[in-house]
Amino acid sequence: MTYLKPLFRHPRLPKNKLGYTLKEYEGSISTLCAGCGHDSISATIVQACFELAIEPHLVAKISGIGCSSKTPAYFLGNSHGFNSVHGRMPSVATGANMANKNMVYFGVSGDGDTASIGMGQFVHAIRRNLNMVYIVMNNGCYGLTKGQDSATADVGSASKSGHINPFQPVDLASLAVELGATFVAQSFSGDKQQLVPLIKAAIQHQGLAFINVMSPCVTFNNNPGSTKSYDYVREHMHATGKMDFVPQQKPIQATYAEGTDTAVTLHDGSVMSLHKLAPDWDPEDRLSTVNALQQARAKNEILTGLLYIHTGYGDLHKILNTTDTALNGLTEKNLCPGKKTLDTINAGLR
Amino acid sequence: MTIPVTLPRPEARVNDFVARFANVNGTGSASANFLFAKAIFRMGVPVTPKNIFPSNIQGLPTWYEVRVSEKGYLGRREGIDLLVAVNAQSMKQDIASVREGGYLMYDSTKKLAPDLIRDGIHYLGVPMMELANENFSNPRQRQLFKNIIYVGALAILLQIEFSVLETLLKEQFAGKEKLIAPNLKALKLGMEYAREHFDFPLDFYLERRDLIRDKIMVDGNTACGLGAVYGGATVMAWYPITPSTSVAEAFEKYATKYRVDPETGKNQFAVVQAEDELAAMGMVIGANWNGARALTATSGPGLSLMNEFIGLAYFAEVPAVLIDVQRAGPSTGMPTRTQQSDITLAANASHGDSKHPLLFPSTPKECFEMTAACFDLADRLQTPIILMTDLDLGMNDHMSEPFQWEENRKYDRGKVLNKEELDAMGRYGRYLDQEGDGIPYRTYPGTHPTKGAFTTRGTSRDEYAVYTEDSAAYKRNMDRLLVKWETTKSLVPKPQLYQETNQSDWGMLFFGTSTFSSEEARDLLAAREIQLDALRIKAFPFGKETETFIRTHQLVFVIEQNRDGQMRSLLIQEMQHDPLRLVSILNYDGMPITADQIALKIADYLKQNNAVPHDLSETFI
Repeated sequence: MTYLKPLFRHPRLPKNKLGYTLKEYEGSISTLCAGCGHDSISATIVQACFELAIEPHLVAKISGIGCSSKTPAYFLGNSHGFNSVHGRMPSVATGANMANKNMVYFGVSGDGDTASIGMGQFVHAIRRNLNMVYIVMNNGCYGLTKGQDSATADVGSASKSGHINPFQPVDLASLAVELGATFVAQSFSGDKQQLVPLIKAAIQHQGLAFINVMSPCVTFNNNPGSTKSYDYVREHMHATGKMDFVPQQKPIQATYAEGTDTAVTLHDGSVMSLHKLAPDWDPEDRLSTVNALQQARAKNEILTGLLYIHTGYGDLHKILNTTDTALNGLTEKNLCPGKKTLDTINAGLR
Repeated sequence: MTIPVTLPRPEARVNDFVARFANVNGTGSASANFLFAKAIFRMGVPVTPKNIFPSNIQGLPTWYEVRVSEKGYLGRREGIDLLVAVNAQSMKQDIASVREGGYLMYDSTKKLAPDLIRDGIHYLGVPMMELANENFSNPRQRQLFKNIIYVGALAILLQIEFSVLETLLKEQFAGKEKLIAPNLKALKLGMEYAREHFDFPLDFYLERRDLIRDKIMVDGNTACGLGAVYGGATVMAWYPITPSTSVAEAFEKYATKYRVDPETGKNQFAVVQAEDELAAMGMVIGANWNGARALTATSGPGLSLMNEFIGLAYFAEVPAVLIDVQRAGPSTGMPTRTQQSDITLAANASHGDSKHPLLFPSTPKECFEMTAACFDLADRLQTPIILMTDLDLGMNDHMSEPFQWEENRKYDRGKVLNKEELDAMGRYGRYLDQEGDGIPYRTYPGTHPTKGAFTTRGTSRDEYAVYTEDSAAYKRNMDRLLVKWETTKSLVPKPQLYQETNQSDWGMLFFGTSTFSSEEARDLLAAREIQLDALRIKAFPFGKETETFIRTHQLVFVIEQNRDGQMRSLLIQEMQHDPLRLVSILNYDGMPITADQIALKIADYLKQNNAVPHDLSETFI
């Protein structure tokens, strides 16, 4: 791999409506292994933010610990990042989000970070419907400590060393649906076409948008017998539908054939259109999503795409009835009740 | 070696006694007992009530101890003058705890068993249950008014002014006026009974004074919650744990009262009850990182859980405010008993080389002002600041100087660059020490489209926040943190010196809730011609005043409420003092330390080491 990022860019790189090219959304050079799926996901985030014309500095990137959690340094270089402690990204993101409701929050985590050490925080961030994009880069192993099984490794899956995992996996997407997440998607790091619209919709979603991305570990979990290898995932992927994200600003041009297509309008008026491949599945019906996930699992399939969405539920700020001004923008004038009030309080304590 | 438990005091029996109430928790005794203490306060007489309660909601013994002191001693002292025993479970133990010549008030509805009769104390039987049953029909009221009846009896025996009690009851039941009359009736039942059956007043009693002035009576946790509102906290993340829970509750109560935008009805604050203390700390760090002032309140077990995050905030230089309401540890320890035993944990919380500023309040006023100060310090120093209070201060009502706030006081947000400042400068370096005080400049997320962004991390990085494992860069950063530590010494509250120049070769050093008993012990010793200089520590790191105080005394007694002499260890660790010079005076039974214990232990040490020429034991007996 190369450690130097070429500074040269094509002079006529396309610009988005803010006048930015893709370059303004890139980060520093990745130190992950060549061919790592995580880098593809980073590129997808860059693409999605570019296409949505988001001000990069109005994004905060927060992660835990592990290979996945290193990636925030590799995208959106003009955004503040916070590489926190193992499994605790959700709480740091919660605090950051409480401080300023007017930014986009990307939480990046891995399968060790979320499904093991950080399981509790994952669960409670979902309960609170924190307004953020929560991406798990799921490779079924602990890459940064050289390939131990993670809690999402399938029973019987073989690691590079030949060790067969004897334990039941944690299915993060099913769990998220079960917990009442308001946006649950699943995808594959190699499927940029699917992932870009999913991330765009996740950003626009008003609440916690969870995306579980299968991202094979090229170094420690890409061997025959692994159920998280590139070949296995590619062969066992089953898309719930072909999807497209239509931002609010554009007129909706897609036409939907009755019975197979569906369009979900998000909070800000943008639309997620889905060309469904599974006739019985309805992304706004939690029961039907649970069924589809269980059936896919029985067939050893990995169901991808937008699995579940519920747009009517308020995020944590709405639940807490916080003021429209970001809390970090309030001053003494708003915050300090003053001397006179204090004298009254004193009088009440005599 | 056995030492006497109590020290004789001059026979000033006006406004000088200890009364203890032995109740069953969950029976409504708390409000009756508070009425008793508050009435004394309203009569202008210094008073300190303390709850001694079990880790239980209903059915176990609970005590309420009221110290009345004309001289204004607010700590505990040994020797119970009057015990109101209304709990059969603890009756035997309660009777044994009354000092020789003291009084026991009990419910005489049923005759006392012969094994509960003890020589040397006076028995005051009041048929509380019988009076309550005869006069009230509602079973819950019968239970509650039993408590008011004994307050009535005490009002006669101790000369509490009826009008004061009446006013307090009227205030308490404002809005529920129907309850005033039956409460007054119960009070009078007790008064009449005492008037008819006992000689009054007792040989200690109350007289109105003007010693309270503008003082207030409030618990430390309420003061901390209010201090956080005044200090500009907008985010509170917490997890329920005794004895800190009421800090979060007070913050929410005052914020709901004073921080709701009157135009929109929306909250200018956010309170999140986290899933655990780890998450609470993570939220505090996330919010502070993003430019809000955020705090958490916890106790020892929670602080243990937060350790990893505290180390991150120290190394990544993110402000944070923690309030540690200490309780008896280790592990679950005694959750409802007090100690000062998280000092070493807090000072060095987390792995690696890490140390944190600590503030030690001893009154509700200090809880208020130090909590507010914590936010300025955290922003100025970009590091976690821990307020070290304890159950005694946090959960008990204390007489205190009133809260003070300077009109138009501005918050010190520390070194934060805005967009214009970023535009005007060259390359921004998050960890560059521009002024030589070890404190670099930070930027809030979202400040500037192309400048000032960086990745915060617990991993080593260079001055520009770029990841590096270069040894020299790592060491430069660790050394800069030490420069910041030196700066910290000049910013934290200075200690309180009790004398302008040294008067003695011996000194005593104390902090937090050990203060009141230590001050009284100093007077007790002075009355026996043992002079001690004194210093109260208000913060860690220690400044040169503390250094000088220890260096210029042959012996310094370090008074604290833990087993291992944790403050003493910290003094030795930070200032390389000769350990032999520092002598621990400790109490760690979960009860607030008493003046008698301190004085006797110091006197005993001096005697054992032949430091005093005369035989001290005689002066004590």
